[in-house]
Amino acid sequence: MRLHRLDRRSDAQGADLLIRSARLLDPRTGLDQNSDLLVRDGSVAEIGAPGAIQAPDGVEIVAGEGLHAVPAFFDPHVHLRTPGREDEEDIDSGTRAAAAGGYCGVLAMPNTDPVVDSASVLGSLRERANREARVPTGFLAAITVGQAGLQLTEMAELAGAGAVAFTDDGLPVRDAGVMRMALQYQRLCGGVLALHEEDPALSGQGVMHEGAVSAVLGMAGIPAVSESTMIARDAALAAYEEARIHIQHLSAQQSVVAVEQAKASGVQITCEASPHHLTLTDEAVRALDANFKMNPPLRTESDRQALIEGLRSGAIDCIATDHAPHSREEKEQPFELAPMGVTGLETAFAVLNTDLVGPGLLPLGLVVEKLSAGAALFGFTAPALAVGEPANVCLLDLAAEWRVGEGGYESRSANSCFAERPVTGRVRMTIADGEVVYRERSFAIGIAGGSG
Amino acid sequence: MMAWAAEGRHLLSIDDLGREDIQRLLTRAESFAEVSGREIKKVPTLRGRTVINLFYESSTRTSASFELAAKRLSADLLNIKSVGSSVDKGESLKDTVQTLSAYDPAAIVIRSPNAGAAQMVSRWTTASVINAGDGKHEHPTQALTDLYTLRRRVGSLEGLKLWIVGDVLHSRVARSGILAFVRMGCEVTVCGPPTLIPRGIEALGCAVRHTLDELADADVVYSLRMQLERMQGTYVPSLREYAALYQIDSRRLTPTQLLMHPGPVNRGVELDARVIDSPQALIVDQVESGVVVRMAVLFELLAGGGRGARNATEQEPQPA
Repeated sequence: MRLHRLDRRSDAQGADLLIRSARLLDPRTGLDQNSDLLVRDGSVAEIGAPGAIQAPDGVEIVAGEGLHAVPAFFDPHVHLRTPGREDEEDIDSGTRAAAAGGYCGVLAMPNTDPVVDSASVLGSLRERANREARVPTGFLAAITVGQAGLQLTEMAELAGAGAVAFTDDGLPVRDAGVMRMALQYQRLCGGVLALHEEDPALSGQGVMHEGAVSAVLGMAGIPAVSESTMIARDAALAAYEEARIHIQHLSAQQSVVAVEQAKASGVQITCEASPHHLTLTDEAVRALDANFKMNPPLRTESDRQALIEGLRSGAIDCIATDHAPHSREEKEQPFELAPMGVTGLETAFAVLNTDLVGPGLLPLGLVVEKLSAGAALFGFTAPALAVGEPANVCLLDLAAEWRVGEGGYESRSANSCFAERPVTGRVRMTIADGEVVYRERSFAIGIAGGSG
Repeated sequence: MMAWAAEGRHLLSIDDLGREDIQRLLTRAESFAEVSGREIKKVPTLRGRTVINLFYESSTRTSASFELAAKRLSADLLNIKSVGSSVDKGESLKDTVQTLSAYDPAAIVIRSPNAGAAQMVSRWTTASVINAGDGKHEHPTQALTDLYTLRRRVGSLEGLKLWIVGDVLHSRVARSGILAFVRMGCEVTVCGPPTLIPRGIEALGCAVRHTLDELADADVVYSLRMQLERMQGTYVPSLREYAALYQIDSRRLTPTQLLMHPGPVNRGVELDARVIDSPQALIVDQVESGVVVRMAVLFELLAGGGRGARNATEQEPQPA
């Protein structure tokens, strides 16, 4: 499926522009060279040696010297808080944040108010996305009615109404019998089951990772095994039912092991990791700042290293932000009372580039690939820099230094766990399914002056 | 370790205090103990300044001793309890603190059921903030009180072997206590059922035991309150079994050991009635010490050369 099957504003304009002399990097096709890239009416029309392509009349020229042009990113895990909490995020603001982060597509979770568990809720949401979404946006529907974990939603009807996949994200499907029926039902309605893995009997009242830091802070812990035991359970069920599952936001070493074992035994399982779990640990919670509170929680350095190694080895298939906006007053509560979740769309590339690529832990190509790999896991054609393809391009300035939040956020919420951090690497421009959806301010001014 | 009173403005955690800071506080408390022996127990140090007690959780000892401490230093005192205040009407902690700050208090003493509350408050006010217990995190003035009480009895704390027995998982007294006793050179062991000892507590510098077999090694036995009100899960199969395994009674307590407990005691659960009333028990002394130690904390923060000092750097307690 092409990204244009997703929902977006109906007034999207196909771009006509020539990116001059950027470093084109597309790890999936092996492309890595300085080139010109011509986009006509939203599609990649030509790739040629630097300076070789003649700019047709009326085509904007974008100076790409010193910049990387990569396939734009795809985030299979965001919360747009619509319907119900439009004060925290709406489709317009959430997809503007995505565009600013270099994303050409996002998949929104159904844990809204009301929950996306019926075709009518999904239908009105999709209508709204057709008016507001800046980048192609897909919606997952709930696995169980009201995400209560008891009764399956009308998954077949929801699939027919355009649900991209199914998830009870935010909550696990606690009952193994219900989980099994959802896996059986997949034969009828298709669609991956995306799973938030957590055994509530083990995570209990926990608010952070269970370990030395929670012991010192006196806060109830969420042990790593609350995640890994559920992954093992659901991998066994998926194997038995020959179903396809995707594990959301892996946080622990044991979870990487559980996924590796399942993959080795042939289970149809994929998984994702988030930028915050790849760059931060539970040490950050010592600040008692609720912007470090999310579920699953930040874990230890060895967990973080296992996630990085998982990306390297292929055990982890993609990077997803779990962008979870929360209002200021909710996050200005004591840690134990504040809701879980942090924003992430606008910072993902910069923090990964700063903490993983810069120090040499992961190559740039791998990070770029994993940032868009989520598309294929949910049945979409991965963004590619290839002639004839729709233009899904992100222009990156790897050397740009900035401070997270210095110019505000496109998101309506500011609960970033990277707030105030100096980072290196910035998205200068994003083209999503043929349309220019973002130009970084200083860069846009530069273009105006340079191309006029 | 940083020099606390010179730079620090708040007492949020025992971790804020270096060994010298603690020693200075304890010495200051001793000088107030002398005032407490007088007929008129007041000194004018904080005259005209306001101390606010902001209590979001029920408390007898801590709130009473802070109240007395503030009054004996001649401060104006405001007691705000969550029940019957605008907190009851759903006002957020931030709004409450900003509102109270408008009265220009010199100090806000806060007790909260949530870890980190005192730290947050300190970001929202120009007053000195004193943590009077935040969730299961810390209770630094209790730890200082315990240090003071024990030092009065035994002199030096260096090398003393202290066993903390009971529900460490839910105890802010234990967390501040471990930090404080370790900082003063004690060897601290925590002991309790594995379900009530948090995984990773060794990070605070203590050893862990699950039986009382080696209790005789201890110089001091610090028994913790079984926090029945915090027991949301079944952490122990029964109080009967807990008492059988961990109750400190006259068989387990050797005649040379000292016994401490932060109160209130569950008689017949963590402590046997006879040891509570024995001369080895420092439990009443702990309560008594609470006032002078909290006077010392208020004095050091507000008058002892910290940011809030008003010509009081060298001031010694004088009768009013």
